[in-house]
Amino acid sequence: MGADETLRSLLGKTPVPEFATTARSAAPPLAEATVAIVTTAGLAHPGEVWADQSSEFRVFASDERELVLAHNSTNFDRTGWAADRNVAYPIDRLHEMAREGAIGAVAPRHLSFLGSTFELSAMRLDSGPRAARLLREDGVDVVLLTPV
Amino acid sequence: MCTRAVSTLAHVLEQAGLATVALVSNREQALRAHPPRALYADFPLGRPLGRPRDPAFQRRVLAAAFALLEAPATPVLVDFPESIHDRVDEPLSCPLPPRHDPRLPPAVDEALGLRPAWERARARMGGTQVGRVVGPDAIPDALAALVRIAEGVPWTEAGLPGDLPALLMDVRCYYEEAALALSDHVPEARAAESWLYRQTETGALLRALHAVLARSDPPFPGMYYVLPLSQLPPGEPPPF
Repeated sequence: MGADETLRSLLGKTPVPEFATTARSAAPPLAEATVAIVTTAGLAHPGEVWADQSSEFRVFASDERELVLAHNSTNFDRTGWAADRNVAYPIDRLHEMAREGAIGAVAPRHLSFLGSTFELSAMRLDSGPRAARLLREDGVDVVLLTPV
Repeated sequence: MCTRAVSTLAHVLEQAGLATVALVSNREQALRAHPPRALYADFPLGRPLGRPRDPAFQRRVLAAAFALLEAPATPVLVDFPESIHDRVDEPLSCPLPPRHDPRLPPAVDEALGLRPAWERARARMGGTQVGRVVGPDAIPDALAALVRIAEGVPWTEAGLPGDLPALLMDVRCYYEEAALALSDHVPEARAAESWLYRQTETGALLRALHAVLARSDPPFPGMYYVLPLSQLPPGEPPPF
């Protein structure tokens, strides 16, 4: 069994937040949609740190490339990120898609949360809704969520 | 753990009027959390788009994810048809610097010898992940502090320059970035990790550090961060 298979098995039974229903929002056709990335990779600007178990989020301009994977977990590969940020934060791929007309536009701002945060109530009730308002202010239609 | 957060955010954002597509890395968690639209990819943790420096592959993953916007009903969870697995048992094969100064602890000497490779990696990548606690100049001194702990100095008195888990990540990133320069390709997932922990002098130091911290007084509160689960001694239970 590979390392990741073991981890998936160990963590697969971890309690998850309960949602009684699944919301569904409509989006315009993808070729007309403004798309943002929200990742849980714990990205930071150089020199910034994340408090362990933070429920907050960080904001990154669409043209920012000097990003740090500040997540301290030892239990995932980091060389993929070191070699190519797009393997977790596919911002260059989105810009390609916008140039080709596959998506309408790349949002001006993108967000990162810290995916190892165990208690998710604050993300659900406070920082998550704030993030949604920020994205809607930017005219975002579709959000691509990525883990690490 | 990211799938829990990704799924939660998908629900919250969708409730606020945004359409979401989520890449998820744990299928079982995603099934129970039922985000509106999820693509499960059996890829190495840390590489949710699958293959670094492979734009065409990444675009296929994104196309599969965005196609979920056309799903007639939600929640929907689809499996990406290709799998990629980690290579934790196939350590990267790359050269280590020869012993230069026998007066130095082996790990310190080794880290100094890897500096040119690390510099090449930084130049190629245009940045570094080293710097949570120390920059590259201070990595040898940080390793010297870890040597003191491994030799019996209490971790509270070893002169650590900052938070130990973050410092250990600086050491790991320094080595893994050097490995990127020493290899002629992007290593498969966890191959550089196993090179560090199983084949280098610093890896031997980190394993010795783990053994000492596991029985330290006062107890060290961050055992989870000392060794990856995949590098724990055989039979040792996970620290969570």
